[in-house]
Amino acid sequence: MSGSHDHDHAHDHHTHPHAEVGATGRPGYYDMLETAVRELLIEKKYFSAGEIRRQIEVLDSRTPALGAKVVAKAWTDPDFKARLLANGRAACEELGISFYDDTQLIVLENTDAVHNLIVCTLCSCYPRPVLGLPPDWYKAKPYRARAVTEPRAVLAEFGTIIPDAVEVRVHDSTAMVRYLVLPMRPKGTDGFTEEQLAALVTRDAMIGVIPANEPEGARA
Amino acid sequence: MADQSLNEKSAALGLVTATGELPIFAPGARVRIKDRTPIGHYRVPHYLRGRVGKVDSIIEPVAVDNEEEGYGRNAGAKLHYYRIAVPLTEIWPDYVGAPRDGLYVEVYETWLETVP
Repeated sequence: MSGSHDHDHAHDHHTHPHAEVGATGRPGYYDMLETAVRELLIEKKYFSAGEIRRQIEVLDSRTPALGAKVVAKAWTDPDFKARLLANGRAACEELGISFYDDTQLIVLENTDAVHNLIVCTLCSCYPRPVLGLPPDWYKAKPYRARAVTEPRAVLAEFGTIIPDAVEVRVHDSTAMVRYLVLPMRPKGTDGFTEEQLAALVTRDAMIGVIPANEPEGARA
Repeated sequence: MADQSLNEKSAALGLVTATGELPIFAPGARVRIKDRTPIGHYRVPHYLRGRVGKVDSIIEPVAVDNEEEGYGRNAGAKLHYYRIAVPLTEIWPDYVGAPRDGLYVEVYETWLETVP
């Protein structure tokens, strides 16, 4: 390594001390419980360490980019949109998105009259096949409790003000179906390609806490 | 999602269907989410027990009861899940929002009863 340019560069920015990234402390109670159960199940040959690693790879391969692709296609292809609203899972499978957890998917269309919001009050049910892992706030108790008791206040904290004339529908995802919000297509996107449209669709818009982003330059 | 006329079509053919094969609640039906507290795994949130709502739609196909599946019993009898719509004002008497705001939840057939 002659020119240690990258290293020096990184070092210049490393003026703030922070904790070493690593497991240096004693594991917590649940960490130990998880390790013990995992090792026991592997020892008893219910599954292998490789299968656990593989499942983590399955989860890691799912990101909100998949959901954004689905939304962008629905915005540009009315037939696909109709199929998506009729059977979310089958329409996603058309695009090659598999449902490794064998859940069904209901896609909820936001309109001028209805705004949809997704929550799982029991735990963290989430459309993982199309969005990946949920954000931490989605799994935290304040969101889970407040989304069903005062959804409009929760939405307002995300900056989303829903007029009283618009019906708010909160979908508590608790059993075998997962939900995905189809946000409204932003104005000023006529002629956009699917890729351009997909770039406007965020994870949070597909949970229903915010609308899809407006294109650059469209903001007042 | 559901073929809402399956019951009528099979009846027209003179078919005898198995117990639990066809949905027993139709879209639009008024139902109460049962108020019970079983021991073990359950999926019906407490805040919805005893609440009255409307069947929004029938979820096809029939599915295993999550409560049984929680104990590894993932085969055998299957029944329908229903999407139930409950007004938020029905759940929270002091709800602040628009009167049409609603809660939608999927509930297994064994947790629903007809409201006369």
